[in-house]
Amino acid sequence: MAGLDHAAPVRSSAPANLLAGAARLFDYWAIAYKRTWKGSVISSFVTPLLYVLAMGVLLGGFIEGDPDKLEGATSYLAFVAPGMVAAQAMTTVFGEVTYPVMGMVKWHKSYYGMTASPLGVPEVILAHLGFVIFRVATTCAVFLAVMAPFGVFESVPGVIGAFFVQLLIGAAFATPIYAFSAGLKDESAFSLVFRLGMIPLFLFSGAFFPVANLDRWMEVLAKLTPLWHGVDLTRMLTLGEVDWALAAIHVAYLVALTLAGWFWAVRRLTRRMIS
Amino acid sequence: MILARGLRKSFGDFEAVKGIDVDVRRGEAFGFLGPNGAGKSSTMRMVAAVSPVSDGQLRILGLDPAVDGPSIRARIGVCPQEDTLDTELTVRDNLYVYGRYFGLPRKEVRSRVDELLEFVQLTEKSDAMVEDLSGGMKRRLTIARSLINRPDVLLLDEPTTGLDPQARHVVWDRLFRLKQQGVTLVLTTHYMDEAEQLCDRLVVMDKGVIVAEGSPLELIREHSTREVAELRFGVGEHDALAEKISDLGDRVEVLPDRLLVYSQDGEEVIAKVHERGLQPAAVLVRRSTLEDVFLRLTGRTLVD
Repeated sequence: MAGLDHAAPVRSSAPANLLAGAARLFDYWAIAYKRTWKGSVISSFVTPLLYVLAMGVLLGGFIEGDPDKLEGATSYLAFVAPGMVAAQAMTTVFGEVTYPVMGMVKWHKSYYGMTASPLGVPEVILAHLGFVIFRVATTCAVFLAVMAPFGVFESVPGVIGAFFVQLLIGAAFATPIYAFSAGLKDESAFSLVFRLGMIPLFLFSGAFFPVANLDRWMEVLAKLTPLWHGVDLTRMLTLGEVDWALAAIHVAYLVALTLAGWFWAVRRLTRRMIS
Repeated sequence: MILARGLRKSFGDFEAVKGIDVDVRRGEAFGFLGPNGAGKSSTMRMVAAVSPVSDGQLRILGLDPAVDGPSIRARIGVCPQEDTLDTELTVRDNLYVYGRYFGLPRKEVRSRVDELLEFVQLTEKSDAMVEDLSGGMKRRLTIARSLINRPDVLLLDEPTTGLDPQARHVVWDRLFRLKQQGVTLVLTTHYMDEAEQLCDRLVVMDKGVIVAEGSPLELIREHSTREVAELRFGVGEHDALAEKISDLGDRVEVLPDRLLVYSQDGEEVIAKVHERGLQPAAVLVRRSTLEDVFLRLTGRTLVD
């Protein structure tokens, strides 16, 4: 058979670096996504529309558009829009790095196939996270686009900035939750992660109401959460009222969380797979 | 191609591989034969550069897996015991994405995919989903996948475990062809017929150590007789009867369901058994196999 000619000129090789290695997984993720994207495309348009109507237009009709009480927003819709986008970035990540990660480690064992090649655990993680950020990017881009006609954004650069902030929020949630999932033996813990992690964050991190309305200690607690930092940063940009010092703290917090999560993820998945 | 000296693997307090020496030469088919838990898979995972060596020396293609893991993996093919195929992708896409992991250009991968599909007789299934394939087809796909980088050494961990007899023969046929093409094969198995069919040379492993080494024929010649007479009596009678006929062969083994009498001439043994007035329920004369070698060396059967 000609196919197994060992003198063939094209040889396989070890990747030159982490990024080059992760790039070799691009086709895997592209092909896998091609099979599933149609299922998510309708919901990614309808979800933001329903949110805007229910929260912004209908609920917002009961709320006085007082900038003093709404962190500078002139309407509840303008206040809640950035919160909803940031919350969407977070929930997308929760969906992408819980069950799918466990599936690739435990159920389908696809990761074991990948690491039998010249690729190692860090490459596999980086590629998977790259896909997660892609999902955050598409979901949030649609979300922002659907909300734009409602006049909730002050400026185009502000919206573009807000878009990139969503990627950062995505990364900040993706790496630590990925790490958690990568070492998890049993999927039953995920329901706790959703109920005790994602939903409280979703409700109490300033996405839907100013955290100043909370009790003092709860407000402090809320301001320690990554979602609050993400929401506040997004809101500064969409409302066009940027406090640069505070923004820098938000960015630093989210970057630090991303990096800490990354090292934890590499450590946990390596321990799990390389024994 | 592969060189191990005093190779060890421990998991906490448990030592799976207890210091083995192995040399695999270019172009040969080399086997690790042993029961489950003998340390075969642990050895294979170290050779595949996915499991760190606990102690001893290991070189694959002259490289140290602790230093050059990715370079080693670029040049070997691995067919794991448990399928790690992407069940939600098609047969073709499984091979295609895998080729990309090795840094091969898209066009090159596509042409190799077509060749390999042909080689493992899955061309007609190329657009099927993996989850719809039979066990034998999945195995062949895994073998095709492990060949995508045209490996210098192909590692096969229990290549036919769990397959029905017909599917096993198809897999053996493909592996035999690879061997003829000069691909170095290293396989683990607990099937003695598989080892006899495929291996030029093998080591018998038990409880983490190598208990014998040689070609299948050498091992049989060295550790067993030419023929074996199998005698089946009533349940519970075997122990007592073994003593009565212990002088008829070189050696008698008592198994729960039968007696094995090792001798140069099995028919003669049976004739003498009848002469002594014993009436076995069933008799069989056969040639010695690696199973007998294993029984001799460890006192246990391969498949418990």
